[in-house]
Amino acid sequence: MSADVAMNPQRRGPEEEAYEERAFGFWLYLMTDAIIFALLFATYVVMAPNIASAPAPKSLFDLWHTAGETALLLVSSLTFGVATISMIQGKKGQVLLWLAVTFVLGAGFVAMEIMEFAGMIAAGAGPGGSGSLSAFFTLVGTHGLHVSLGLVWIIILGLQVAVKGLTMPVTSRLFRLGLFWHFLDIVWIGIFSVVYLPGIM
Amino acid sequence: MLGRLTIDALPFYSWIAMGGAGVTVLGGVVIFVLLTWFKKWGYFWSEWLTSLDHKRIGVMYIALALLMLVRGFVDALMMRSQQAFAYDSGGYLPAGHFDQVFSSHGTIMIFFMAMPFMTGLFNLIVPQQIGTRDVAFPFMNSLSLWFTSSGAGLVLVSLVIGKFSTAGWTGYPPYSGLEYSPGVGVDYWLWAVLISGIGSTLTGINFIVTILKRRAPGMTLLRMPLFTWTVLVSSVLMAFAFPALTVATGLLALDRYLDMHFFTNADGGNMMNFISLLWIWGHPEVYILILPAFGVFSEVVATFSRKALFGYKSLVFATAAIGILSFSVWLHHFFTMGAGANVNAIFGIATMIIGVPTGVKVFDWLFTMYRGRITFDPTMYWTIGFIVTFVIGGVTGVLLAIPPVDYLMHNTTFLVAHFHNMIIPGVLFGYVAGLIYWFPKAIGFQLSAKWGIRAFWCWIIGFYLAFMPLYFLGLLGMPRRMERYEIAAWQPYLIIAAIGAAVILAGVVCMAMQLLVGIKEREKTRDLSGDPFNGRTLEWLTSSPAAPYNFAVIPKVDSLDAFWKMKVDGTAYQRPSGYTDIVMPRNSSLGVIAGAFSFVLGFAMIWYIWWLAALSLLVIGIVVVVRSSMENTDYVITADEVAAIEEQRFNDLARVPRHDTGDPAASPQAAPAPGSAS
Amino acid sequence: MEHATVSGGHSLKNYLIGFVLAVILTAIPFVLVAMGALPRVTMFFVIAIAAVVQVFVHLRYFLNLSLKETPRENILALAFACVLVFLMVGGTIWIMFNLEYRHDM
Repeated sequence: MSADVAMNPQRRGPEEEAYEERAFGFWLYLMTDAIIFALLFATYVVMAPNIASAPAPKSLFDLWHTAGETALLLVSSLTFGVATISMIQGKKGQVLLWLAVTFVLGAGFVAMEIMEFAGMIAAGAGPGGSGSLSAFFTLVGTHGLHVSLGLVWIIILGLQVAVKGLTMPVTSRLFRLGLFWHFLDIVWIGIFSVVYLPGIM
Repeated sequence: MLGRLTIDALPFYSWIAMGGAGVTVLGGVVIFVLLTWFKKWGYFWSEWLTSLDHKRIGVMYIALALLMLVRGFVDALMMRSQQAFAYDSGGYLPAGHFDQVFSSHGTIMIFFMAMPFMTGLFNLIVPQQIGTRDVAFPFMNSLSLWFTSSGAGLVLVSLVIGKFSTAGWTGYPPYSGLEYSPGVGVDYWLWAVLISGIGSTLTGINFIVTILKRRAPGMTLLRMPLFTWTVLVSSVLMAFAFPALTVATGLLALDRYLDMHFFTNADGGNMMNFISLLWIWGHPEVYILILPAFGVFSEVVATFSRKALFGYKSLVFATAAIGILSFSVWLHHFFTMGAGANVNAIFGIATMIIGVPTGVKVFDWLFTMYRGRITFDPTMYWTIGFIVTFVIGGVTGVLLAIPPVDYLMHNTTFLVAHFHNMIIPGVLFGYVAGLIYWFPKAIGFQLSAKWGIRAFWCWIIGFYLAFMPLYFLGLLGMPRRMERYEIAAWQPYLIIAAIGAAVILAGVVCMAMQLLVGIKEREKTRDLSGDPFNGRTLEWLTSSPAAPYNFAVIPKVDSLDAFWKMKVDGTAYQRPSGYTDIVMPRNSSLGVIAGAFSFVLGFAMIWYIWWLAALSLLVIGIVVVVRSSMENTDYVITADEVAAIEEQRFNDLARVPRHDTGDPAASPQAAPAPGSAS
Repeated sequence: MEHATVSGGHSLKNYLIGFVLAVILTAIPFVLVAMGALPRVTMFFVIAIAAVVQVFVHLRYFLNLSLKETPRENILALAFACVLVFLMVGGTIWIMFNLEYRHDM
């Protein structure tokens, strides 16, 4: 313990470290969320054959519908990326614009998913129909719920950007939202590869 | 308006249930009256409930754990006394009530005794042990505490309003499904476990980041104290295993609330998947609980043998190996579910492998004591008692890891004896030792050593009396969880077990005396040095209790046992040339509010009061958004204030003698190291 | 500045490369499934490989992970999560289908 240590307090002094800790903490949260999704995937694979007397979910899938959802989510990842770059360049208006575009694309995705769910329920294939359908609705619905929360988060951060500007706390939050948004796109790759494409085959 | 909540929910169905409810309500009323009488509500709110200071949060966690320990222990006494009498008679507990008792006993002891006790020790010690001022996310820490408390509150409330689950602490379907358990019991269990589980995941994340990002300069990973190492691995397991519990209980909730068919008998459900998902969490959970206790034992053994820990690196690698292996053995909890021989054999072998690093640790502790200068502090009693008893539990565990043997023993009291034989010495003894060891650090004076040793003897004798008969009963074929039986040969063993429980009760009373006598004699044992046991690690460098900022100047570390080295070199307690302002997180009521509403949310979901559930979910959401949008959550302790606190500290230090830091191993008459030629 | 840590690797070029690769890796399985041209087992492999590659593309170009610049803890956490996902998913599927097989016997 000498004086030179006193000049080098390891926490809270440099604000970057606090933000780095938050980024790492958020990354760990994403990993725990990945475990949740992984187990929902495993459950889906185990339960997919258990269709009981309900229609098989695969008989209700539509390749073009899934392709549309995929396109919306993938483009929204790109537009969020553009928002991130605008943020780094400090262009507040651009950030808001691209966040708005991302929001519209994400909302379109959620709307398409709700349409699909409503159609399945109308066709007598709701989540209570069979173990297979329960697993389908839970896996895809959990992803949809995450996207919806992401939309709420986009609104909140959009407001913060508008009111507070691109301050350090706000940009650090936007950065974490970006991680979240891209993460959801990765989960979606799993969903169309494990649920929809093999179902339609 | 009130869902299925009616006046019938009150426990007028039996005198015993009413008694339990009465005691619970009375306890709440007494606390309320005392706080009001002494006008302490303001103090309690501003200094404790809303505190973001990790040390206070730690004390609150442990207070919760001790409260729940008493509650869970009463359940145990009820079960033991019932079974002692229940040969060919109904005893005093009807079947449904007995089932609630064993379900709440397990639920409480794992989720609301062991978990908060452990998290409390993390909070008390880890930041000080790694030489930092706080955890990485102080607010999230408060949130975790209040989510855990809210889960515990739900279990307590189930005693008064409605009934608790009768499905055991693991809640296996299809019995826990709506078809066979239509009441609120399983829902109480579900929501208590779900809400507190989220708290545990957050705690895990918090301590991973704290330990990886906030260590004092110079403290490399292999210079971390062993307790910190075990906390790190345990936190990793918490963060990555608790999601499996969330999935298992979440899917069961979907079955119960939205008529889905994950685990039902009919319509394509598969109840075996629940068992698998639950134990994907459940097995790592065993190590989540036990590793930090190993950490405590390691600290205690080194301190009270006055030697550096033997085989520090092997202990670190054993801990890490157990951490990863613990994710690969979960099937051994359900060998009899009907998997093929290959599957059972591989998981059986993996289970035996995990015994190897654990064995390494036992030898490390023994060699640390070997030729050490041992002080028989109460914590050493608990440690030695642990080593002896735990080895027996380990042997029976390896026995159960052999699938054909498991086919004979499963679901008997042999299993009950085995896991209590792991968890009581391996977890509870460790936490009690940790509490006694760090009590002066947390509160400022020591617990009564005399009563501590009495408590230990009661616990260990009571433990053997209570659980060794259960091994024999299991071999005689007695299934677990029976509220009555017709076989006369079982009764003598069950009477001995009940006597054992009574001896443990004496141990619990001794623990209370340990605290009360400790408080009475506090002036004699007040710890002015901050280092009452001649400790080796950084938490003993701070005052007892530590200032809000722990360290006025962040220490610099250049070896293992950093504080010991400072004492040997004479560099401990040097006055710094000056102080700087210190920024610390301000108290926040938002954590308490979110926790309170998570309790309301759980309660509303249990009783189908949908509007209230939606409302509380909304409030929690708003709290999270508000808190995450706040920019200014800190306050500053000025350099002058720090200087005043530190001046007091140096005055105290001047009044106490320094410890002897002579190393027994370094002295000329020291013995050769074990294993070397002599 | 935080930008130094955040902006590492963030460029429009990266996002566009990632986007184009992702479109290709999505289109391949979708088109092949639509045509129904391949045998079932081959198709499974194609879908799986395209998915795994696309996950890496997302990690690299959208999440800007790189072995050099990303903090070591983050990479370790990701690797550990991958091991656990493998153990948990692989274990669940192995255990549950083994049961199924024996129950059908």
